[in-house]
Amino acid sequence: MTRTPSAEPKESNRSPTRTGMRLIVPLQGIVQGRGGLILGSLIPCTLFYFLQFYLKRHRSPPQNPPSRSTSAANLSELPRSSSRANLLSRGSTGRAHVSARASSIAKPNASPYYIGLDRVREDPYDEMSNPDGVIQLGLSENRLSLDLIEEWLSRNCTDSILGVGGDALGLNGIATYQPMDGLMEFKVAMADFMTEAMGKTVSFDPSRVVVTSGATPALEILSFCLADHGNAFLVPAPYYPGFDRDIRWRAGVELIPVHCRSCDNFTLSITALEQAFNQARKRGQKVRGILISNPANPVGNMLNKDMLYDLLDFARERNIHIISDEIFAGSTYGNEEFVSMAEIADSEDADKDRVHIIYGLSKDFSIPGFRVGVIYSFNESVLAASRKLTRFSSVSTATQKLLVSMLSDKRFIQEYLKTNKQRIRSMYDLFVAGLRELGVECTKSSGGLYCWVDLSRLISPYNEKGELDLWDKLLNRAKINVTPGSACHCIEPGWFRFCFTTLNEKEIPVVMERMCKVVESCKPSV
Amino acid sequence: MELKSGKSQLLLSKIATNDEHGENSPYFDGWKAYDNDPFHPTKNPHGVIQMGLAENQLSSDMIEEWIKKNPSASICTAQGLHAFKNTALYQDYHGLPQFRHAVAKFMAKARGGRVSFDPDRIVMAGGATGANEMLMFCLADPGDAFLVPSPYYAGFDRDLRWRTGVRLLPVTCQSSNKFQITLEALEAAYESAQKAGIKVKGLIIANPSNPLGTTMDRSTLRTLVTFINHNQIHLVCDEIYAATVFCSPSFVSVCEIIQEMECNHDLIHIVYSLSKDMGLPGFRVGIVYSYNDMVVNCGRKMSSFGLVSSQTQHFLASMLSDEEFVDQFLSESIRRLASRHDSFTKGLEEVGIKCLKSNAGLFCWMDLRHLLKEPTFEGEMGLWKVIISDVKLNVSPGSSFHCHEPGWFRVCFANMDDEIVEVALRRIRMFVGKCKEVDVQVKKSWQRNLRLSFSTLMYDENMGSSPRMMSPHSPIPQSPLVRAWT
Repeated sequence: MTRTPSAEPKESNRSPTRTGMRLIVPLQGIVQGRGGLILGSLIPCTLFYFLQFYLKRHRSPPQNPPSRSTSAANLSELPRSSSRANLLSRGSTGRAHVSARASSIAKPNASPYYIGLDRVREDPYDEMSNPDGVIQLGLSENRLSLDLIEEWLSRNCTDSILGVGGDALGLNGIATYQPMDGLMEFKVAMADFMTEAMGKTVSFDPSRVVVTSGATPALEILSFCLADHGNAFLVPAPYYPGFDRDIRWRAGVELIPVHCRSCDNFTLSITALEQAFNQARKRGQKVRGILISNPANPVGNMLNKDMLYDLLDFARERNIHIISDEIFAGSTYGNEEFVSMAEIADSEDADKDRVHIIYGLSKDFSIPGFRVGVIYSFNESVLAASRKLTRFSSVSTATQKLLVSMLSDKRFIQEYLKTNKQRIRSMYDLFVAGLRELGVECTKSSGGLYCWVDLSRLISPYNEKGELDLWDKLLNRAKINVTPGSACHCIEPGWFRFCFTTLNEKEIPVVMERMCKVVESCKPSV
Repeated sequence: MELKSGKSQLLLSKIATNDEHGENSPYFDGWKAYDNDPFHPTKNPHGVIQMGLAENQLSSDMIEEWIKKNPSASICTAQGLHAFKNTALYQDYHGLPQFRHAVAKFMAKARGGRVSFDPDRIVMAGGATGANEMLMFCLADPGDAFLVPSPYYAGFDRDLRWRTGVRLLPVTCQSSNKFQITLEALEAAYESAQKAGIKVKGLIIANPSNPLGTTMDRSTLRTLVTFINHNQIHLVCDEIYAATVFCSPSFVSVCEIIQEMECNHDLIHIVYSLSKDMGLPGFRVGIVYSYNDMVVNCGRKMSSFGLVSSQTQHFLASMLSDEEFVDQFLSESIRRLASRHDSFTKGLEEVGIKCLKSNAGLFCWMDLRHLLKEPTFEGEMGLWKVIISDVKLNVSPGSSFHCHEPGWFRVCFANMDDEIVEVALRRIRMFVGKCKEVDVQVKKSWQRNLRLSFSTLMYDENMGSSPRMMSPHSPIPQSPLVRAWT
């Protein structure tokens, strides 16, 4: 397709405009202050227009034509659209203005979280074909138990996508328009799975389930329902880097981090929560809810019952919501039992309305590609709004039908959950032992697909720059992709998230060997 | 704030509590009537027939057959199982390369091979619903506006405005010139927006049109492209019905136009989906195709909110790459649509009901102006209520599509088999016959009787639902939308 070459970029007439305004406004003020209202406005305005006229006639030619590289990393910087710029440039064949939202999102992503993922995509490790590639430890994906699902499928094969288990439904049952918030049978299957995954301490009600295409839209939809643009959620930090995208981008809800510290094993404290809430109020920021992840990402610790009750009390006193992201609930490996916020809500009838849970099959059931997420709420109005909003993010009915059969096989699901936990546990033990041999320690964690590793002794200087230097060494020299704490808004530098469920046992020594080189080179000389 | 006293005290957002989703509108009644009393050929032959849903079920058998013949396309079969692991893990927002290639090829075929599409510009979304919303997020800020020729798909009010905060400014099209958009109307709408200080970011069109079922000709498209190019505003073309064009004039895509004329390609964006052309709405496959790098980049990141299931991507990559099947499917599907359209419109003509001459889509735009008691929107609503309760057909009144003139109705014909079409036509014949008889009586008393019988019927059918929603006297609706739009 031929492209019309764009005319001179906007930058060349933007900065003089800005400078122009910087001169004019104070000038106007001074003149007006002395009572010369007409002159005060007329003179600066005239000067301003002459300046514009002069500049238009003497526009400098573009220095560098914008490069048309397809790689996101090379997208040229585009000016934020503003109405003033539009007025001045109307009629020109300049670059078409996109929204302010798009301008900020389309910029190459500076976050190490995304840069690391891109690097792995470009140069993925493979034992046979690419042994020097980058090993992926930055994506919390579980590859340990997919064989179990594969095996179930091979035992329960069907002839086609239409029917599973010999119960061919015909295309009409699958391909036609279905309720946007999920087939009833699928909601039943999801509610049952959640009950199993969370240890059967709560019984989930299918009528409170709204299905979305992944936990990502589930969280965005809840943000749109519970807060207006400019409001805020409190979120314990360090937190999952994706929250910034899910909650702030389009819903425009701010995230106020409540910092947790290593001395407390990164456990949330109500005092810190209170402080953050009060400071927000002083700033005039309206807090609408608390967003917790339990088991926590990236730290991997779990909130106990007392803390959950305390959180509900806190929310009640300030009349705010609680969103509990429990997507790793079935991936626990420690000795503690997982407690869902739903259990607390069940016992506190009066406050049920403020509790909302996010879930999905991407972690506990290892199928992130199928895009299955759940909003579970005790609030009828939230459910009603979510059901309507999920039409923008609904789940393929073919996938729903396939999963209904799988998830209804209760014995398979119980076996799967049990075996999966065991495998995560052994992998965790091996991985942590391997790190310990290198003199590297992790926080004590009991859930999730990762560990929270302390490399603070190895960074120099002891700040974010030092941390990013180490991250860069790990990515480009050792060729392992891990997530630095700064990407997770951790207030203490030197912490990294290592996901270990993308590995098999043979790969652990490879990782440790590569780590060793970097660790040795970074150790402070005694 | 007294917390114990109210669940209502727990505040939700404006978006969650406003009416912009449109489901509280009176049009919901039609859907309710259908839900409460759905037609079934044997179990409920007197139920309400669904003619308000633009679904394409005429060619599902061909797809079903292909599926059975190609088990390796489904990962739950013995032949397809080897692809399960990688598919289950694949969550990259770029989308499976083979899926994008297959979709690009299919889109080209649906346009007769006159245009080719770059797979790297294909961005996924949650159905065309998600695709339309995503483009608005990318192109406009809250408060900005998009022009849209009316009558237009009622779902646009929700999809383009609800979460995005974007405004829609209708550009009225008149029945006197077959509802075609004119440059005068467009320019007038644009200028009045500017005078009112509203920032217009673009124009959105549906080509083929919903609800009209017509395609835009080359010169109209050229005019539109010239207009948006001159004003440097975006053009979003919803081409979701591209492969349902069943007779001449043939379909001209905006992609062809921009190949032939000077235009800033950064302004051109296409929305596509497989829900209509292939009759697979349940798979939730929405596509945004933009010639603007920044929009592709931003849209791709936003697609995380509505990715297509990798199982579905894998399946479609297989099916849409089967060129022989696709060619056969497209030609047969069009033949069936043409035949259905013919028989339905002929049946309507026999009772004096004309439709706008159309060459595409899964519906017709019926002219029922002569059946209105009064040429107003109240009259249209009155007639609509009668059609639902008396004739027992769920059709969609023109005001729900923001039609400027009362008396037009959209009726869908592709979501049923031939027998049901017959039943529907028979009911229409009876109704029109009755109308003709009644015409000779005194108008006033007829109206009175009608109102009485109507409200009793509605009450019976809906068994004590809120009387507020049953009002036949509803004024021009504030949020004219219907649930579950297609």
